[in-house]
Amino acid sequence: MRYAMAVDTRKCVGCSDCVVACQTENHVPIGYCRDWVVEVTDGTYPQVELEFRSERCNHCANSPCVRCCPTGASHYEAGGIVTVTHHRCIGCGACIASCPYDARYSHPDGYVDKCTFCLHRVEKGLEPACVSACPTKCMYFGDLDDPKSPVSLVLRTRKHKTLIPEAGTDPQLYFLI
Amino acid sequence: MREEIIVSGRMNHLIDPQLNIWHWQIPLYLFLGGLAAGILFFAAFFCLRGKETTYRATVKVAPMIAPLLLVLGLLALFLDLKHKLYFMQLYTTIRLQSPMSWGAWTLMVVTPLAFIWAAIHMRDVFPRWDWRYRWLKDLEAFFNKYKKVLAWIMAIFSIILGVYTGILLSAFNARPLWNTSILGPLFLVSGLSTGAVVIILFSKNHDEKKLFARIDLLLIAIELFLIIHMFMGFLASTQVQIDAASLFLGGPYTAPFWMLVVVMGLVLPAILETLELMKFRMPVYFPAVLVLFGGLMLRFIIVYAGQMSRWLY
Repeated sequence: MRYAMAVDTRKCVGCSDCVVACQTENHVPIGYCRDWVVEVTDGTYPQVELEFRSERCNHCANSPCVRCCPTGASHYEAGGIVTVTHHRCIGCGACIASCPYDARYSHPDGYVDKCTFCLHRVEKGLEPACVSACPTKCMYFGDLDDPKSPVSLVLRTRKHKTLIPEAGTDPQLYFLI
Repeated sequence: MREEIIVSGRMNHLIDPQLNIWHWQIPLYLFLGGLAAGILFFAAFFCLRGKETTYRATVKVAPMIAPLLLVLGLLALFLDLKHKLYFMQLYTTIRLQSPMSWGAWTLMVVTPLAFIWAAIHMRDVFPRWDWRYRWLKDLEAFFNKYKKVLAWIMAIFSIILGVYTGILLSAFNARPLWNTSILGPLFLVSGLSTGAVVIILFSKNHDEKKLFARIDLLLIAIELFLIIHMFMGFLASTQVQIDAASLFLGGPYTAPFWMLVVVMGLVLPAILETLELMKFRMPVYFPAVLVLFGGLMLRFIIVYAGQMSRWLY
């Protein structure tokens, strides 16, 4: 089992509904977010290209944050989802410094927090909150080992990229281009 | 023209607009840990060479402050934690992949050793010191018997501690400035250098002072070489590391780094120590304080500048 997500940059309109859905679903403290939307503009009008990316933790297969965690609080769950066990986290900040995507933050309660791919929903067979809330249906989630999962199907037919693969983290958040 | 902006308004505290997760506590600890490692290494080394009486300040006097330095360093580390009450989780597991984990365990070995080492030399350094209780005297006699063993363990673990302060940072590939294996040896040599000047400050023996002035000169030369080597490595590497180096080569950290660390912390004390060895008279604490200041600034600048360096993104 290998959970992954694909975001269609050609369908995404940058509405940030995914961000609000996540904050609501996961009780993210006010002023923080686990996912965010990046707008990339290339060129100048009229020769201009626009790309929207809904970004979050890449749930890397070779996670620097799991590697550097001194207590084992940051770990892989089934399917390669990277999560933090709050009561084992000492709040040293090493994982925050180790993430090339800046996907983690220090929760006001002290521990480190991040996107969980909505593990609590996925376990029940539901989609992550961001995926289910997306009004343009631009996000696909599922198991890469299952050839019939939405993410496998879309990655097979569409050109895609990952973010800074040269950082060597083997990210599992794909962007359809 | 390419422009990337976060349109959903991410402003996570301590992360945005620029990483700022580690503050003064970390560089202060790296400095104190390196300094303690330097002092303890020289104490163990010269004890093993049988120079206990000739180099009294090295083996007996200077190590008196090592426990204090380590306790202050540990306190700084503790203050850095944001989930403080859970700190014992560090000692429920050993994770070899995480430098912070084996560093925490190294401190668990070195700190008691530093206390024991100071304790067995208490009566020598403070002649009027009295252990009062019989069991404390017995304990002192016991550790005295195994002094050579202690010295061996201390020599090895002080080196690990000194290297660890650098490896802690160099393990982060997300921060290109830290992501160089030179940082381990650089912080070790810098720690040994600060240890050497503290011994000079405590020493009343002319030969001992001269020896450590020579050792310190050599260490400063190695440090300068490692710094040049580090920049050569950066400039010959990928764009992210070229960008990291440019923080010091024209970027915001140019003046602080080259003035405070290289000129004031390395070149100036090297010149003063050379003049001293050439028999010019001058206050010995002057180069010593400069070296300590340079060591502290090196840690501060590397920790803060490292958080500014990132991947193209």
